[in-house]
Amino acid sequence: MTPTTTVPPPVETLPVRDAKRFVANEPPIKKIDWLLLPMLGVGVVLAVWAISSATWAKELPSPLKTWQASKTYILDPFAKRGEMDQGILRFTWYSLVLVAKGYALALVIGTPIGFFLGLSKPFAKTFDPIIQVLRPVSPLAWLPLGLVLFLSAGKNASELGALFTIAVCAMWPTVLNTAVGVRAIPQDYLNVAKVLKLSRTKTLFKVLIPATLPYMFTGFRLSLGIAWLVIVAAEMLTGRPGVGGFLWQEYNALIYEHIILCIITIGVVGFVLDRMMSVVERRFKTT
Amino acid sequence: MPFLELTNISKGYGPNGSRSEVLRDINLQIEKGEFVAIVGYSGAGKTTLISLIAGLMKPDNGSLTLNDLEITEPGPDRGIVFQNYSLLPWMSVHENIYLAVDQVFPNWSPAKKQQHTEKYIAMVNLTPARDKRPGELSGGMRQRVSVARALSMDPQILLLDEPLSALDALTRATLQDEIGRIWQENQKTVVLITNDVDEGILLADRIIPLSAGPNATLGPAIAVDIPRPRDRTAINHNPRYKEIRRDVINFLLGDGGKKHTAVTKKLILPDIEPEDLSVPPPLLGWRKRPIRRNEVKRETVEVDA
Repeated sequence: MTPTTTVPPPVETLPVRDAKRFVANEPPIKKIDWLLLPMLGVGVVLAVWAISSATWAKELPSPLKTWQASKTYILDPFAKRGEMDQGILRFTWYSLVLVAKGYALALVIGTPIGFFLGLSKPFAKTFDPIIQVLRPVSPLAWLPLGLVLFLSAGKNASELGALFTIAVCAMWPTVLNTAVGVRAIPQDYLNVAKVLKLSRTKTLFKVLIPATLPYMFTGFRLSLGIAWLVIVAAEMLTGRPGVGGFLWQEYNALIYEHIILCIITIGVVGFVLDRMMSVVERRFKTT
Repeated sequence: MPFLELTNISKGYGPNGSRSEVLRDINLQIEKGEFVAIVGYSGAGKTTLISLIAGLMKPDNGSLTLNDLEITEPGPDRGIVFQNYSLLPWMSVHENIYLAVDQVFPNWSPAKKQQHTEKYIAMVNLTPARDKRPGELSGGMRQRVSVARALSMDPQILLLDEPLSALDALTRATLQDEIGRIWQENQKTVVLITNDVDEGILLADRIIPLSAGPNATLGPAIAVDIPRPRDRTAINHNPRYKEIRRDVINFLLGDGGKKHTAVTKKLILPDIEPEDLSVPPPLLGWRKRPIRRNEVKRETVEVDA
């Protein structure tokens, strides 16, 4: 599409698109769909925000003030001026590294537990109630326990506590989806394994795991979303450098513009992570 | 001594209360190299019968022996072609067959295993599709992969469980001819389960009708003494073909079909004592409801099988 293309007014485009949908059952992607309407949405929110800050919420910085105060953090995203005064992407990077570690831990622990739950009825009956009780516990409740557990680790205590919290909270979708996936394996595939007399390991790697992969990846995706939610809470409470830590520090420093900057950053990063996982997930869905 | 022998087999499903007997008094002897077709209604228990021979299920009574050895569990000495192909969808045609070859001949060199795999892919004319996944193949092609996989294990007996029933008529005819050709080349013992009498006559040495379930049992075997190779168009005019066809269908529609059987069912009869509305409801809580006891009865019903 050339930059000079003018978008026809919506009144004309909409009926045309609908007519085409009848023919091809697949509407062509119009600029209005992927660019103009989302921008309209952003515009509406910005307007509500600006009006609010001007009228009833005097403490809320206006969009313009937020931009002015955040400019240095966005335009120089990797700067390091001090422990708690760094470019926004540098903070994001710290957070992502911690999330990656905790998430990896969650997958490494969660996937085998899911397999055991799916394969063994007695195991499922034994541990399912506990899982259902632990699953809804908030990260804010786990973190103090994590910190206490690793008290002896000295200066690593906060990192280990945060990792523990991420792993414990992010694990459940992986555990439950893997278990459902294992239970949903068609009997046909198991019959093949039986007729061929595949060994236990071979059955696991040639039949069970490939058959469960689509479910596992749905779990992985949900887990990543939770891990990213938890990181912010963990950083806020431990004061580690990162998006969440920065947010909490700026709240204490009464610089509210930066709180909004952090919220937007967290949202955008979470969205990008989810998109990336859904691309991976779709790749495994087709097989 | 027969190669495969089933003696007084019976099999039922379900708990004691609503148990339904699927198969009873199944006696079957199959000689080595023989092609036997078992023809019966859908739902008569044909798949149960083949699962028993495969060892995927255990009979309630009776014994199954292959080569004088009791069948207790599934194994690669009995190659099965399932009705729904049962290919692993994440593996290519080649990988699906190689998995079986690798499992059955673990001591062969990799080169020999590869060569063996290729040979069977070629036998079912799928060499151009060897790297495709089952999802990219048509139903007929998938079933050919399944046949190739079963044959590549070099089984003592080949069990075909309605292998062609999910295919369209033209593909069906082609694959019937292909199965006939492969059988003549390999001379394996084959048990073919089908609901198509013509398919049985075209391929088999012997046709055994299975009466309608529940309580299905095998009827008298009918020898198909039409010389091979049988041509699917010429065979239609063969008087012996018409005779066999009539016999099988007569059994299925006559003795085997219109059989009355008794089914025992658990019935729950509701107790319909009416509620007394003249009693005023209490201030707090609900009106006291009468205790309703459900009466549980067992009833035996005569049904058309």
